[in-house]
Amino acid sequence: MMAGYLTLFVQAAFVENLALSFFLGMCMFLAVSKRMDTALGLGLAVLVVQSITVPLNNLIYGYLLREGALAWAGLGDVDLSFLALISFIGVIAAMVQIVEMTLERYFPALHQGLGIYLPLVTVNCAILGGSLFMVERNYTFPESVVYGFGTGFGWAVATCILAGVREKLKYSDVPEGLQGMGITFVVVGLISLCFMGFSGIHL
Amino acid sequence: MGNGMTRALVAPLVGNNPITLQILGICSALAVTKTLATALVMSAAVIAVLTLANASISLIRNHMPRNVRLIIQITIICSLVIVVDQILKAYAYGFSKQLSVFVGLIVTNCIILGRAESFAMKNSVGLSVMDGLGNGLGYGWILITVGAIRELLGTGKLLGQVVLPTAADGGWFEPLALMLLPPSAFFIIGFLIWAIRTWRPAQVETTEFQAQPVPEAGGE
Repeated sequence: MMAGYLTLFVQAAFVENLALSFFLGMCMFLAVSKRMDTALGLGLAVLVVQSITVPLNNLIYGYLLREGALAWAGLGDVDLSFLALISFIGVIAAMVQIVEMTLERYFPALHQGLGIYLPLVTVNCAILGGSLFMVERNYTFPESVVYGFGTGFGWAVATCILAGVREKLKYSDVPEGLQGMGITFVVVGLISLCFMGFSGIHL
Repeated sequence: MGNGMTRALVAPLVGNNPITLQILGICSALAVTKTLATALVMSAAVIAVLTLANASISLIRNHMPRNVRLIIQITIICSLVIVVDQILKAYAYGFSKQLSVFVGLIVTNCIILGRAESFAMKNSVGLSVMDGLGNGLGYGWILITVGAIRELLGTGKLLGQVVLPTAADGGWFEPLALMLLPPSAFFIIGFLIWAIRTWRPAQVETTEFQAQPVPEAGGE
């Protein structure tokens, strides 16, 4: 039982890394990875929000939206799954807001650090993608907890690795034209190639 | 007026391309380009959503209270994406399965919200439609180019038709399996950016540091 969850975690964090093998959250991934401290800040914000929203969306999908899910309210043949997309976006936006307010109230120091990144997380497609994958693969509630944490963790790790490389890259002599985004894409490609090495792992 | 329309349509194709210059909407650009066919379907979906979203947001731009505009924009975009998703599921179920979550992720594609916020909120309906179409096409041609390169070099086929007969089938072409893996999408877009910036040097980013030539090693 535990081994199954561990496998799921490793798979979510490394083998199927959302940023490097599914290209999710790319815009932000490229935008914040210029410096290590911003990358770490946003990485943590994504980890927190992802670990909350995926399980929450799992409950909402399982008990409200799925075909036949409303049987407890006497509406057994109602299928609301087409509303999944719009309700997930709503949940994510609301969750980000609540996390921000809680942090501000109880952990002001952490809020100082993460403050400006939290609202950005709403439009990070890794978050919405995580919830959509969770629906597509029919995860149970405990699985969705592990999956949410794993994907968030994997995304944060990938961002920090890229930030580390880009900090060093500033001092290198890159051909004109490849400068900036061009070389960044090539570097991400190489990191992604390294992550392909995880694909044989079975626990 | 006609001139402004043309400019809104043509400028995003190369000069102000959403992918290679503004670096928006990268996620789906990389993910759905394994084959040319999925890239084509995805481009069509994005062009439709982008044009319709721009049109409808521009239509109600004067009636929207400023502080709730983001929620309204997201809701409009989200409804359009649900419609596209349902249409794909009904008439092209195979593609809908292949594109998996990426149709839903058009909602968070930054190009669409970006154009709504920066263009459709300030311009007339006609101009906004042109801008949406132009940005959609600018996004589409990059997607189609990357999709064509990856499918051709990865399997020797285009749209499922054999173009380069592979060695396994008695031809001469040895397929590059790397092209079917995620990293190749990064490499191709990186080099595409390099090519475009060599052609249009104005787009080259300025360096933060200039590498200095190393002075000749002197005797200690």
